[in-house]
Amino acid sequence: MIRHHDDLVRSVREVREGRLSRRAFLASAVAAGFALPMAEAFLSRSAAAASAASLALQGEPQKGGQVIVGLSQEPTVFNPLKSTLEVDRGVQFGVFDSLWRIDQDAVLIPNLATEIPSVENGGISEDGLTYTFKLRDDAKWHDGQPFTAADVVFSHNTIVNPDFVAGTTIGHDQVTEISAPDDRTVTMSLKEPYAPFLTVWADTYIVPEHILKDVEDLNTAEFNSTAPVGTGPFTFAERVAGDHITLQANPNYHGPGPYLDTVIFKYVPDLTVLFTQFKTGEVDVTGIQGITADNVAEAKTLPDKVLHGDPTSFVEFIYMNFGKPVFQDKAVREALYAAMDKDNIINTVYYGVHTPTESYLSTKSWAYNPDLAKQVFDIEAAKKILDDAGWAPGADGIREKDGVKLSFSNSTTAGNKVREQAQQYLQQTWKEAGVDMQINNMPAAVIWGDYYNKSEYDSVMIGFAHPPDPDGTSRFHSDYIPVNGGGGQNTMQYKNPDLDKLWDEGVVELDQNKRAEIYKEAQQILRDDLAYLPIFQYVMVEGTKAGLENYKQNAFVVSNMWNVFEWYWSQGG
Amino acid sequence: MTNYLIRRVGQSALLLVLVTAIAFGLMRLAPGGPESVYALSPTMRAEDLARIRASFGLDQPLHIQYVKWATGMLTGDWGRSYRDSRPVRDVILDRVPATLELTITALAFAIVVGVTIGVLGALRPNSASDYLATIGAMVALSIPTFWFGLMVIFIFAEKLDWIPSGGRETLGAGFSLSDRLHHLVAPALVLGLVLVATWSRYTRATMLETIGQDYVRTARAKGVAERHVVWSHAFRNALGPLLTLAGIQLPFLFGGALVTESVFTWPGMGRLFVDSLGYRDYPVLMGVLVVTAILVIASNLLADFLVAFVDPRIRMR
Repeated sequence: MIRHHDDLVRSVREVREGRLSRRAFLASAVAAGFALPMAEAFLSRSAAAASAASLALQGEPQKGGQVIVGLSQEPTVFNPLKSTLEVDRGVQFGVFDSLWRIDQDAVLIPNLATEIPSVENGGISEDGLTYTFKLRDDAKWHDGQPFTAADVVFSHNTIVNPDFVAGTTIGHDQVTEISAPDDRTVTMSLKEPYAPFLTVWADTYIVPEHILKDVEDLNTAEFNSTAPVGTGPFTFAERVAGDHITLQANPNYHGPGPYLDTVIFKYVPDLTVLFTQFKTGEVDVTGIQGITADNVAEAKTLPDKVLHGDPTSFVEFIYMNFGKPVFQDKAVREALYAAMDKDNIINTVYYGVHTPTESYLSTKSWAYNPDLAKQVFDIEAAKKILDDAGWAPGADGIREKDGVKLSFSNSTTAGNKVREQAQQYLQQTWKEAGVDMQINNMPAAVIWGDYYNKSEYDSVMIGFAHPPDPDGTSRFHSDYIPVNGGGGQNTMQYKNPDLDKLWDEGVVELDQNKRAEIYKEAQQILRDDLAYLPIFQYVMVEGTKAGLENYKQNAFVVSNMWNVFEWYWSQGG
Repeated sequence: MTNYLIRRVGQSALLLVLVTAIAFGLMRLAPGGPESVYALSPTMRAEDLARIRASFGLDQPLHIQYVKWATGMLTGDWGRSYRDSRPVRDVILDRVPATLELTITALAFAIVVGVTIGVLGALRPNSASDYLATIGAMVALSIPTFWFGLMVIFIFAEKLDWIPSGGRETLGAGFSLSDRLHHLVAPALVLGLVLVATWSRYTRATMLETIGQDYVRTARAKGVAERHVVWSHAFRNALGPLLTLAGIQLPFLFGGALVTESVFTWPGMGRLFVDSLGYRDYPVLMGVLVVTAILVIASNLLADFLVAFVDPRIRMR
């Protein structure tokens, strides 16, 4: 069903790739309220663009050249099973492959596998408990050895090996049995149906069994830091610690691509200097933190540069610790939200770059709920809510109820100037409503250590990127509170039985449309109950040198290096 | 002499143990830990973080961790970096060439220019050029290196396009000496400028002192050429404090320059330390600390011996 422009774009793609019939597309576009001629025009215009694009592909994008990607953090761990950090992923996207990629529209595209498993093609059993992956036969490791099903099994077994410190075991811990009946097939059994399973594998990069099986300690293998070997479009050439990493085109890649000869990751720790180097042409791409909001206006005026500004899956929140009595009163959370001047924060502190949001999900997610009530900034309303709930102003103007003062601290990473300013805006408007918020910031290594993970905070200002799957079990389910020994990421200690039920249902439901409904309801509950205070969805402004083609921002991966295999320099670029 | 040597070395070893124990304790008492960089990763759960901590041995009592680390050090095992799991010794040795390239250039520049300015100032105290040099030195010492470096980049790299805005070489272009020098100029001068100020002030002060000594007047009275008087009689005797200064700055040669290296994206020891600190990469931090501590202690010893050598008035017991 087409309801939004994004749906339309996705459907057009599906028609183009032959996965949706032209007639079905038109029917659903018309049902969505687009006039028939308009829908047709959409298709033909995009078809023209698509054929131009595929022509460009067939006419072989120009080969050669190098790209220098500037990073404000240094990639250090290249074993994709060990580190899942965005900075490391960037390099890993060049060197390794997963079975399928997830593209900018959340569509899975086969890579090391020949098809995406589904119930229809027999890749997923009716009960959702057995998966069969079909693998391609022409992929080779960088040392020339053939890629086989044994490598997939080995990669999975490494992740769940208790002696190995895997970056994450999510999804893989659902597997009860895995085997490779032949070189081209992998079969797996699951404990219970697990809907995000395919997106888990989209972010699981395959490592070579023949190299790693005899390594004594996988945690400290040379492979991890100096000699990674993958099947990917680029081979690892060198790392000069503290300076740069060089990747070279893999001439035996199973394709498509790569077109570039060389990709260099340059570590530039200072963001001001990084932007300068982008201006002077010393870096071609501003990776990771992109262009900071205060520099966006200037960046727009630069000749020979292209800016990319898509919403990401990063959302900025105020997380409140439900272990602290003051936040257990819903009236307090409502009042705090009403007294949050989002527009001022976004426009003044973030130069209007980001967009307000009400959900934990990216607007790009297929489960995003667009119908959530919009927050309205209204201090008087906030005061009234608190008055009605019995929070009366004390002698010092700070409200209190039953001897509890409406006073708490808010923490974020010290030195993050923009967040510190945003905190001051909050502090000010909340004070007007009779709420006392003290700012208590700490260095990153401190706040995101025990202070955050063991729920020692009152409230934090935090940016969080949700994985491509909308499942929120680990973040919001009451069984996943770390301080209660639950593992997980629910450091807010938020408990809501209705919501728990939805998470439990959603994760075993395989029908995406039904899942979308479940998660829309979950977003509604989270919004109504104000489990967190959402501020805005980050828009990542990144710059590339003009002439670099196929740079695509993708909210479903942590690094926009995801499709480096298809980057190329256009003529005269 | 031998006794003196043994005693000094023994004291130094004890000092080293104390320094490392205190540093080790302080580092761990500071809140936070290396797993925090993973905390905001969307796929990271509390149990994953606990696994990471345990794999680093951080779940054990502090004194056990220290004993493990210290016995490792004694047997030549410096441990492994938390960041890239490579041996700490390799991680540190990697940074030595870039560090020395920058610091030796900066220090050589500072000594030549600083000593010259200092001597000239001492010869014509309170002249216009002396005042100018004094003011210049004060300004150089007061400018924050961070800001100064950014200004240099803004003017000479961005606006005038004379120099690259950072890094050690043009990436992907292969090795070329002129390219390396081109990249070296700005950070070396920015780093050297502060040192010039220090060296010129020290030289001026000690030269003023020696130039007023009786033996200098005697030399002049004997009709010794002025140049010979300045360099052989006065300067040689002023060398003592300068050698001490060189001794103090020797560890800096290896320790690198935290700020300059960060601004000019120079892959040296200073940046390694800053990065490791942010990450709480304890083994690397301890490694850098031990190297620096040994250098400080050794260079102080060396400076003492050298001063005794050039100054016959000092004799060791």
